[in-house]
Amino acid sequence: MRAVVTVIGKDAVGILAKVSTKCAEYNANVIEVTQSVLQDLFAMIMLVDITKLNSDFATMADGLTELGQTMGVKIHTMHEDIFNCMHHI
Amino acid sequence: MINTYDVLETIRMIQDDCLDIRTITMGISLLDCIDSDINVACENVYKKITAKAARLVEVGEQIEKELGIPIINKRISVTPIAIVSAACKCSPVPFAHAMDRAAKDVGVNLIGGYTALVPKGFSAGDIELIKSIPEALATTERVCSSVNIGSTKTGINLDACKMMGGVVRECAERTVDSACFGAAKLVVFCNAVEDNPFMAGAFHGVGEPDCMINVGVSGPGVVRAALRKYPDADITKISDVIKEISYKITRVGQLVGTIASKRLGVPFGIVDLSLAPTPAVGDSVAHILEEIGLEKCGTHGTTAALALLNDAVKKGGVMACSRIGGLSGAFIPVSEDAGMIDAAKSGALCIEKLEAMTAVCSVGLDMICIPGDTPADTISAIIADEAAIGMVNNKTTAVRVIPAIGKGVGEELDWGGLFGCGPVMPLKKESPSKFINRGGQIPAPLHSLKN
Repeated sequence: MRAVVTVIGKDAVGILAKVSTKCAEYNANVIEVTQSVLQDLFAMIMLVDITKLNSDFATMADGLTELGQTMGVKIHTMHEDIFNCMHHI
Repeated sequence: MINTYDVLETIRMIQDDCLDIRTITMGISLLDCIDSDINVACENVYKKITAKAARLVEVGEQIEKELGIPIINKRISVTPIAIVSAACKCSPVPFAHAMDRAAKDVGVNLIGGYTALVPKGFSAGDIELIKSIPEALATTERVCSSVNIGSTKTGINLDACKMMGGVVRECAERTVDSACFGAAKLVVFCNAVEDNPFMAGAFHGVGEPDCMINVGVSGPGVVRAALRKYPDADITKISDVIKEISYKITRVGQLVGTIASKRLGVPFGIVDLSLAPTPAVGDSVAHILEEIGLEKCGTHGTTAALALLNDAVKKGGVMACSRIGGLSGAFIPVSEDAGMIDAAKSGALCIEKLEAMTAVCSVGLDMICIPGDTPADTISAIIADEAAIGMVNNKTTAVRVIPAIGKGVGEELDWGGLFGCGPVMPLKKESPSKFINRGGQIPAPLHSLKN
């Protein structure tokens, strides 16, 4: 089972570090990271393995959303199924 | 491998364009709750609903969180109560109270199935139920009611049409304090479907399994946003764009239904491919039609644009899910659609145009406020007109009009929330009483003889 963590917002130092630290707290293993900075806009998409989470999914999603609020960026944590079902036949 | 563009597109559809799952509806059969003692039967009904749907809301919220997509409503539909209550030989209102109590206890906001199916005549329990609808809706909060008064196969029960005109009025009169809301919880159908997940007309047909999950998707905002990228494309291209986006929307419905059915241990029924609007900005079917090129929804061309829209939605959705059902048409609930409200207020959209739209794919005259002094016979005639369109065109049509008691054209009723607010729309003044009071059955059309 994998989840997609999307971070969108104004670029700043340490976004990647803070988000991956938070993922580690929940024992979510980062598998893949795509990141780009366009002008000032930071966009990062992380694929994380959630099979061995030490909490339930909702707790991790809420934790990451809160972290995003403290950093002034938007973080969405969604199960990969929704992307796979929408964009693949 | 996750594609960045795909991920951002999905997030934009949910965040900016109001993509959501409109409803997960659990259909529950109450056939095994029947008892000639009404108290026993009601207790059976309460127990069965609360047992089957105990985890419905919890599972819905879990899925919402995991997939990151809002699931607006979790609801329940049950076997038509006229069937369940027939053996009791008394007023079925206690069943409405049992349903209401069960709905509150499991946390669903609406429960449908206070229903009678009378397309060809009344059987035991039907007349009692129809007569009790105003009381049932005025004394409960979450119960929804529907009556099927005709079908392509049977023709139209004009006696039932006549009764329903009065019932609709009475529902409004008894709930004047809550802006006549009683009438907003009552739908009169022709060709009602048994697996409709959308309220207020949902009920769980007798041909359905014991318990089942049906899903209704939504997404007018997403369709409009997709069309906005093609301001000058020809209409065939427009149809293709709608198909593509409809595929994506429906896939999410299929996914949510599959997960919900697995977690609840209940079979997955159907996905209802309907574009259901909400009063929220950017979630309007009227605005899609305007994006296609109408200055205002309701003007000439509206019927053609709607026909194209709904056909493309179905074509895109059909491949995206394993089984389609329910109404799968265009919902035009005037009070729940910001663009329709505007169009009605400006006078561009009139009831005749709304009626014309039901001939192609709209599923009915829905959430339309009519003047408070409209006679019952006129409401019956509106119902008969709609039923005739449904009967002849082999499709579902419905009427959910709200007589605005004490109000007239130019005023409005406001319910807030998902039900929105609706301007009172003018009707014809000439009386159809003689026609309605003839009673009897309008025979089925020739093309119903298919065998």
